[in-house]
Amino acid sequence: MDLQVVWENLPKLLQGAQLTLEITVTSLLIGLLIAVPVALMRLSKHAVFWMPAYAYILYFRGTPLLVQLFLIYYGSGQFRAELSDLGLWGFFRDAYFCGVLALTLNTGAYTAEILRGAIQAVPSGDIEAARACGMGRALMYRRIILPKAMRLAWPMYGNEVVFLMQATSLVSVITLLDLTGVAGRIISKTFAVYEIYIATALLYLVITYVIVFLFKRIERRLNRHLA
Amino acid sequence: MPDVTAGNNDPVMVVKDLHKRFSSLEVLKGITLSADEGDVISLIGSSGSGKSTLLRCINLLEIPDAGSVYIHGELIQMTRNRRGEPLASDPRQVDRIRSRLGMVFQNFNLWSHMSVLENVMEAPVHVLKVPKKEARERAIAMLEKVGIGNKLNDYPAQLSGGQQQRAAIARALAVEPELMLFDEPTSALDPEMVGEVLRVMRQLAEEGRTMLVVTHEMGFAREVSSKVLFLHQGQIEEQGTPGQVFNNPESERCRQFLTSHL
Repeated sequence: MDLQVVWENLPKLLQGAQLTLEITVTSLLIGLLIAVPVALMRLSKHAVFWMPAYAYILYFRGTPLLVQLFLIYYGSGQFRAELSDLGLWGFFRDAYFCGVLALTLNTGAYTAEILRGAIQAVPSGDIEAARACGMGRALMYRRIILPKAMRLAWPMYGNEVVFLMQATSLVSVITLLDLTGVAGRIISKTFAVYEIYIATALLYLVITYVIVFLFKRIERRLNRHLA
Repeated sequence: MPDVTAGNNDPVMVVKDLHKRFSSLEVLKGITLSADEGDVISLIGSSGSGKSTLLRCINLLEIPDAGSVYIHGELIQMTRNRRGEPLASDPRQVDRIRSRLGMVFQNFNLWSHMSVLENVMEAPVHVLKVPKKEARERAIAMLEKVGIGNKLNDYPAQLSGGQQQRAAIARALAVEPELMLFDEPTSALDPEMVGEVLRVMRQLAEEGRTMLVVTHEMGFAREVSSKVLFLHQGQIEEQGTPGQVFNNPESERCRQFLTSHL
């Protein structure tokens, strides 16, 4: 066990961790923006709304993230001409963009399912009380259903965040230098497989712990009404 | 908007020949009923007689299959969809009418993520667009009136059942309702809390509020109501003043029901 090699490479690893965090946060935020309308569409009675949402969720939950990543990163090359015409080739050529896109669409699908479940779990009495006092659908969603669903969804969403953070390690296979990517590169120079991967694992563990801690804190705040 | 002054000549609520079925089960078989200003009408009957369904048809929480509902002379417009199921033709009319009615549920149905005060302010502020400050003052007054003015910032889960139901009554009152609908308001309460809720309801009745109360509390029905209706298998089997219904019922079924419930 050579701790010296870990110490020397720690700054690089931390830089990788920074990219990991950046990708995680970006994908989560955009993913959440996608998830809310998708969940609402999924719950619609009209086929024009629920069918696309259903297909989207089915695809992104039903296929491995790594395959999605490959399809977006390597697959987009097939459509280079078309994407260039649309002025989008600059994005799809970029591994960072492709990585974030795949992760965003993936977490968007999972989060939409979490939200759908939570919306359906809102007690029917809450909804009846809202209807009885004359709330229209939009107002009812804004004031009663979504605030309540958010609280119900929060612990599951915390899980999804931890999952996604770990899943970002896959972007290392499309050349990005996230924590895992950096670790691989250091190992190819130093051959200190054991030391570097242990350090990497510990860094993931620390990040996970921070996420779990924050989610617990916020959960307690959200649920202060249940005291 | 309805002309409020003209509306005052009309009964607060009229229900004509109301029918409701749940798949093959016909729950209401032609109910006709009206409430004038200040009426307190008790709906009694055994479970399954349709009394809660009748109440819920009035603010369209259940959609009646046939018949009409008027609130202050305004007919709630109904239509049918392609499959022949009944539905309200104008959801905004329904929302507007609902905002003038106050409903109290058996299980309180307070919004648990809001404080008691926020629960009471919710409809005035967000449905009726009353300025926040005014709504707040009124909400506090309502909560004081029902005797929980010291619980403004508590959450529903921190209150007893009786306090929750009184908060729910304050919430229903906050919209200055033209008619209050009570759906078995004391049935989910521990016996020692029934009294505090009935006291509040009695006080509202004495203030001249128009109320429609589905209840198993025969004492309340007898002493407080101006009219008592006994429902049996989706029809009004007996109706009249409490004196008539309780002391001198014509229907044998009503007589039996009362004997087993008094």
